[in-house]
Amino acid sequence: MLLEVDELCIEYLGAAPIRAVDQVSFSLEENAFLGIVGESGCGKSTLLFGIAQLLSPPAVIRSGSVRFMHQDLAGLDEARLRPMRWRNFSVVMQSAMSALNPVKTVSAQYTDVMRAHGERDRAAIRARSQEVLRLVGIDPVHLHSYPHQLSGGMRQRVMIAMALLFSPQLILMDEPTSALDVVAQRSLMVQIKELQRQLGFAVIFVTHDMSLVANFSDRLAVMYAGRFIELGGTRATFDRPLHPYTRGLLDAFPSISGPRKPLIGIGGYPPDLADLPTGCRFHPRCPVRIEGLCQLVEPESHLLGDSEVRCHLYTEEQSGVG
Amino acid sequence: MSDDAHSSSQGGDGGKETLLRVAGLTRHFRVGGVFGKTLHAVDDVDLDIGEAEIVALVGESGSGKSTVARLLARMYRPTKGAIWFAGRDISRISSRKDLLAYRGHVPMVFQDPFSSLNPVHTIGYVMRRGLRLHRPELSRSAQEAAAVEALESVGLVPGGASMSKFPHELSGGQRQRVGFAQAISWRPRLILADEPVSMLDVSLRIGVLNLMLGLREKGISLLYITHDIASARYVADRIVVMYAGHLVEIGPTEEVLHEPVHPYTRVLLSAVPDPRATTEIAAADIGEPPRVVEPGEGCRFRWRCPLVVDVCSKITPRLAVTSSGHVAACHVTTGAEPAIADVAPADDGHDT
Repeated sequence: MLLEVDELCIEYLGAAPIRAVDQVSFSLEENAFLGIVGESGCGKSTLLFGIAQLLSPPAVIRSGSVRFMHQDLAGLDEARLRPMRWRNFSVVMQSAMSALNPVKTVSAQYTDVMRAHGERDRAAIRARSQEVLRLVGIDPVHLHSYPHQLSGGMRQRVMIAMALLFSPQLILMDEPTSALDVVAQRSLMVQIKELQRQLGFAVIFVTHDMSLVANFSDRLAVMYAGRFIELGGTRATFDRPLHPYTRGLLDAFPSISGPRKPLIGIGGYPPDLADLPTGCRFHPRCPVRIEGLCQLVEPESHLLGDSEVRCHLYTEEQSGVG
Repeated sequence: MSDDAHSSSQGGDGGKETLLRVAGLTRHFRVGGVFGKTLHAVDDVDLDIGEAEIVALVGESGSGKSTVARLLARMYRPTKGAIWFAGRDISRISSRKDLLAYRGHVPMVFQDPFSSLNPVHTIGYVMRRGLRLHRPELSRSAQEAAAVEALESVGLVPGGASMSKFPHELSGGQRQRVGFAQAISWRPRLILADEPVSMLDVSLRIGVLNLMLGLREKGISLLYITHDIASARYVADRIVVMYAGHLVEIGPTEEVLHEPVHPYTRVLLSAVPDPRATTEIAAADIGEPPRVVEPGEGCRFRWRCPLVVDVCSKITPRLAVTSSGHVAACHVTTGAEPAIADVAPADDGHDT
């Protein structure tokens, strides 16, 4: 197993600590593609930053572990983490415009990364920089471009190429396509998948748009108010969503094929993490909540075939009541 | 000139009266200083919007769709062309009174609900201020009642309590509803909605789209600007596809989706992620933004077009009636210019 996240809890400290990631567990094999979907404020980016050990105060890992290549990243200090960054795992941020340095050329930024990891040979640095740009389909002449001279799609590709400099085993991506329009989005997703096939790295892809990962991820986690509420094979989740929230999300997408039918979406608004509802966190918005149960007791995660789901509907089923 | 305003309607829209008509609308920007170049944001756009009709203007970033909205809102003046609203050329009006009246009839709802509301003012302040400008004939108490009614009509219930809230107390979806409530309180005829749901979470988008459908029931027209063709299908009566400042295809929604004629429309359709579709990965389109600085003559999609022929770089294609009845601007697929063997339309949008 490449990565094992176990009961990870992340809090934002303050007068009343806010738990943005609550007991999240999952594992990732080599060369696997995990999609994590959820709405704004559900904790998905915090989780990604927690895995990459990029949290900054007031966010802290409260408990749990992040085992990556046989060590717990959560317990390592920066000196031990630094050699692993870029080389073993890298992160692609949401906004390339703010993640790239605007006053340095692409080449200078790639050189920085490689020098930080002990590469001194200029010719080797240049050769590798050109190679990764070609991998993402950008002409190496753009090594001498500044970020503002590139289009949004190209900037994201430059970021992805940078993440590939040392061929890491794991790439964490935080909504890398959300600033792009549909056509550019699609082409970038196809390219990420193709690179993965070619080079063999694992991907964790965080997004708010589950249709985006539909055709690309192997497994899909649905996050709501700090918790994984469903985790299963992507195809299976789309075909047979278990949790009412997942079902609601899927029903909220207008389709371009099939009959035009009215959609309802999910009523209400996502909860405030500082003021969570009692019981199941989704119950105030849930169309199939069980009165007298869901308001009071928070459901545990159950294994159902290949999927895990956190919903009382399935406890009932298992104990033969429903 | 105003005779043109009542000439034939485009796109074959069944029986609706034309509310807004745009002819030859063009907006260029100068870029790069004294010896700079001209950026053709919008070129020669003709468009009608009927009474109680939702028209979706679809295109990618840089296509000029937001510039069209801003021209219609009179935030920009057109370089060329005319905009008739209820029979009057609004690109010529200049008195403050007429402009305020027009903006009350044709308000705009913005993309970003986080930056379009001033954080230091309550929702009530925002609503009252708009009403004082656009409906000064109402008494204070009537303005108050109109504000509450508009807030409640978009689902911000109770309206009275919503009035005393500050923007930070509302979620993104609620703020976007404030944008619509403000527009509705002015008794608009046409709302210009520039990507009103793209910043919202998926579970909240449908609510705002349904709100737009409800407005049409009340007789309000909408120009819905988006890059999301699936949501355009959900709300719109007609779809207008824009690329690099030109309109490239116009027609009834289902017709455009089922029989897309312009190669760009086909690219757009094939890029739509469809969770219901089986796993199949389309070839990567370059997806680079179009060139609109000094574009010169010729089709502006030709650098990305899989069907490009010689004439595409010489003559700019005009909108022409296609075999399926709607209009598109393409030398190859409309059959208007050099005949090329028929290219089969994309049947499920996933076969590129």
